[in-house]
Amino acid sequence: MVPLSWYVALSAMMFVTGLVGVLIRRNIVVVLLCIEIMLNAVNINFVAFSDYLHLIDGQIFVFFVITVAAAEVAIGLGIIISLFRLRESVNMDDYNLLKL
Amino acid sequence: MIQQLPFFYFGGMALVCAILVVTSRVAIYSAMALLGMFVHVAGLFIILEAPFLAGVQLLVYAGAILVLYLFVVMLLNLQGGGATSLQKQTPWAVILSLIAVGELGYLLVKTNFYPKLPAIPHPSVPTLGNTETIGMVLYTQYLFPFEVASIVLLIALVGAIVMARGRGRFRQE
Repeated sequence: MVPLSWYVALSAMMFVTGLVGVLIRRNIVVVLLCIEIMLNAVNINFVAFSDYLHLIDGQIFVFFVITVAAAEVAIGLGIIISLFRLRESVNMDDYNLLKL
Repeated sequence: MIQQLPFFYFGGMALVCAILVVTSRVAIYSAMALLGMFVHVAGLFIILEAPFLAGVQLLVYAGAILVLYLFVVMLLNLQGGGATSLQKQTPWAVILSLIAVGELGYLLVKTNFYPKLPAIPHPSVPTLGNTETIGMVLYTQYLFPFEVASIVLLIALVGAIVMARGRGRFRQE
């Protein structure tokens, strides 16, 4: 039997990996991929606690997280495509339209 | 130990793939590493007795979301970024990353990995299968969030179309 805290530790490590990726990567597509890593880390936590407590609610929440992730990807990639049309670049530092 | 072997395999590979996503120079390698991560997280779900979610994870994440990413990466024809010059916010990003990693390291050092958690007894009612239980709870107790989720998906659908079509015929007509 794997202790619950190992899952929490794994989830924390994956979350920090995604967070560091969001901070240090400048390719906007890779930043979106790193957000997926963070969402998956959260999902592992939900399912681990659902297994420990024998409650199904955690798995339902994972279901909703996956829904929101799908919506986020659709919108995010749409934004990336239209930004690329505008700037011919996927580097985040080239997007400074709203900068004063 | 032999019972924990699947956890170490799936968890370790998920972590390695996540690190590969962050460190790969080429966007398409990142996307393929993310595919590996999704598959291994689905394996973790199977260990955690959530086979339905493992299937959903494979279908939605590995099947749909990743294909979308690959489409965009290929559509934009992203070459390997190469070493672009450091921008002025890079030091801040590195400092914040180091803070996050340090916090994680502190937490991992401080964690008691074998706590005496109380064992939660199994519910005595005869349980349905995993998929049946999820269906029962999703369509009774969580019916309203389910409907909200469908609206979120609808908005995402419309938004993606509007975003990606650009300054199309809407303006000219």
